[in-house]
Amino acid sequence: MIRDITLGQFYPGNSVIHRLDPRIKIIATLLYIVALFVVKDFAGFIAPFVLLEAVIILSKVPRRYIWRGLRPVLIIIAFTLAINLFMVRGEVLWQLGFLHITREGVHTAVFMGIRLVLLIIGSTMLTLTTRPIGLTDGIEALLSPFKKIGLPAHELAMMMTIALRFIPTLLEETDKIIKAQQARGADFESGNLFRRAKALIPILVPLFISAFRIAQDLAMAMEARCYGGNVKRTRMNAMKFARRDLIAAILFCLFLAIVVAQRVLM
Amino acid sequence: MIEVRNLTHIYSEGLPHESVALDDVNFTIADGSFVGIIGHTGSGKSTLLQHLNGLLKPSSGTIVIDGTDITDSHTKMLDIRKKVGLVFQYPEYQLFEETVAKDVAFGPGNLGLPQEEIDARVRRSIELVGLDYEAVKDVSPFELSGGQKRRVAIAGVLAMEPEVLVLDEPTAGLNPKAHYDILDMVQEIHEREKNITIFVSHNMNDIARMSDQVLVIDKGRLAMDGTPQEVFAREEELKAMGLALPDAAEIVSQLRKKGMELPAGCLSVEEAADAIAAALKK
Amino acid sequence: MEFVRVENLIFDYMKTDEGGAPVATRAIDGVSFCVEKGSFTAIIGQNGSGKSTLAKNLNGLLVPTEGEITIDGLDTSDPANIWNVRQKVAMVFQNPDNQIVSAIVEDDVAFGPENLGIDPAEIRQRVDAALEGVEMGDYKDKAPHLLSGGQKQRIAIAGAIAMQPECIVFDEPTAMLDPRGRSEVLKIALDLNRRGMTVIFITHFMEEAACADHVIVMDGGKLRMEGTPRDIFAREEELKALNLDVPAAVQLASQLRARGVDLPDSILTAEELVDALTQPVPAEAAEEVSS
Repeated sequence: MIRDITLGQFYPGNSVIHRLDPRIKIIATLLYIVALFVVKDFAGFIAPFVLLEAVIILSKVPRRYIWRGLRPVLIIIAFTLAINLFMVRGEVLWQLGFLHITREGVHTAVFMGIRLVLLIIGSTMLTLTTRPIGLTDGIEALLSPFKKIGLPAHELAMMMTIALRFIPTLLEETDKIIKAQQARGADFESGNLFRRAKALIPILVPLFISAFRIAQDLAMAMEARCYGGNVKRTRMNAMKFARRDLIAAILFCLFLAIVVAQRVLM
Repeated sequence: MIEVRNLTHIYSEGLPHESVALDDVNFTIADGSFVGIIGHTGSGKSTLLQHLNGLLKPSSGTIVIDGTDITDSHTKMLDIRKKVGLVFQYPEYQLFEETVAKDVAFGPGNLGLPQEEIDARVRRSIELVGLDYEAVKDVSPFELSGGQKRRVAIAGVLAMEPEVLVLDEPTAGLNPKAHYDILDMVQEIHEREKNITIFVSHNMNDIARMSDQVLVIDKGRLAMDGTPQEVFAREEELKAMGLALPDAAEIVSQLRKKGMELPAGCLSVEEAADAIAAALKK
Repeated sequence: MEFVRVENLIFDYMKTDEGGAPVATRAIDGVSFCVEKGSFTAIIGQNGSGKSTLAKNLNGLLVPTEGEITIDGLDTSDPANIWNVRQKVAMVFQNPDNQIVSAIVEDDVAFGPENLGIDPAEIRQRVDAALEGVEMGDYKDKAPHLLSGGQKQRIAIAGAIAMQPECIVFDEPTAMLDPRGRSEVLKIALDLNRRGMTVIFITHFMEEAACADHVIVMDGGKLRMEGTPRDIFAREEELKALNLDVPAAVQLASQLRARGVDLPDSILTAEELVDALTQPVPAEAAEEVSS
């Protein structure tokens, strides 16, 4: 069911990881992703794996919850694996018609698979342990140096806040519209590509109308609550760089050093 | 005739967050009946409705409509949709075509009918919902008023000429006049088509006034099944489920508790007025 | 003391015709009334009667085309007053989903005070108090889309309360709710009013309007009737002509009168009707009934 999607959802808690400054968490997540691409052999994944394990344990987010978030992206992972498995040339291990699996293919597929899983779980941990507001405030703060060159940092952050809030609402709406059109005999599952694309119109039109209605209502509601851009806004949870953030930053630098050293030295 | 036997539906079966939405539900609906379904939000009403036209498949149990088991995997989906038309809550939110006529034609078009038949049905169902076919057929559905949009959406389901018409809270969000207009229209269609009509409502006055048979769903179970008189006589049980009596019945019940001798089964304002006036004259 | 004063309000929506030329559609046509501080005013009327447009005029979301609205003495059409007016008059809308901004309940309640530039520590206090006030304290960390319609509407009310307004306008807050959600929202509105909040409650449920001190009936952009619920609902025929209804107890009372039962004119609620029918009948009247 649509309600099961945990990707991009917050898991309420009060762990060390939850309390870290969102800015630190965002930068760390970005660098962690870069680090995953610095890694060039299996041994290189040890450090990211240990870091991720430590974060999961410290965050006290149940593993069940993390896995559930992974499920919707399994298709992407499977697709990546398949492409690598069948496309990479090299020593043939198994062959059926034009399909062949090579030693190099298996190696690349497993390597890419690990990288992808570490990447997705890593970024899921960011959203699971950071309130949506913290996330957008953090992004706004990190982008604010670019305000000078005309980047609307606050507006972008507000757009993200609203997107995070309304993704589940729109998914539910989509579910309702699909069912309602199915009740009128609509068929989304058969026919060629063109027919299937055409079959989407009865879903997309009502969905767009819904989205516009929501946007109109929401704009009205925000205005009624005195929203006027970022003129004099304060924050209930103002971001503060605390000692734990400094410790986290130092530990994270250590992690980066290990990853780079492993790549250079091994 | 609709026969529902041992219908059970479990969401996310086998997962840690599985939940039983319907639990061994059994009932029979006779041809030509007008059936009201009541129950709390989250009681399983919507899940039940979606089973009636095959949008959801039961975890176990069967639904037989006029001899066809719609839960059988060999039954064609389109045949089920032809038998049972389901009008969702706020159905006007599914309108998508440029004109009213095209939108209403969507359902019959999906049934693969010849064009003349589709056109005839579109005209017929637009008239059935009380709109002027010539006046509205080329109008964009989005330019109509809220109540008219809802009529067009209902026409879109009627155009499939279902043997059973199911409506989920057909008057949700409407003000008093539009509310009665839609219900009168539903009643009129029912009388003209002699089909089975099933509607869900939170308004006990409407349920009491319109239904031949009332089904009460509570926590996924069928808690009661009977005539409005039978169901609304079980005041204590209904209130324990958080459901109310029709307004007039509530006043009669309070009067009886204060010692006035009134007969049971007064559900409408007129019946209550007659009974109270008669009791006072004694 | 009067809090809201609406004088000769005219409001036109501007639309463009097929040629692209602007056309004015009159939504409100010469409406005047006052709302007393601390009162509970219900506005009823069918769809398109202008009641929702009126609501949006009361806190400066829309400004009068002609006429004047003052909130606590502040003219809403003066741009300098706009933030003051919106802080004094908060609003709760019809669709519970489309007015919640944040993906976490307490962050949403904080949205208004944050916009007002309140100090973080005070926002925290206001948010906690507002959520307790609508009995949603246990849900502060939840995601709004997992809540019921009634619960979402309570969050929206908490968001309004946290701005510490003097008046809350409810624009058909119960239209999309089930009976339980409806009674929760009405109860909170009555509670707030009891503690001094001026409440303007737009609804098409007559039982809800019956709880007000003052009822305004709108039709076709005009104010058609105004008075106490007792006065208004005694005029059953006029209301029916405006496609409106009366509460069930009023209907039953008038049918009983038609059947010769002697009842006072002022019956509004089921309790009053039951009391009137069961109180010991004066000897004289009893004779009349028995003969």
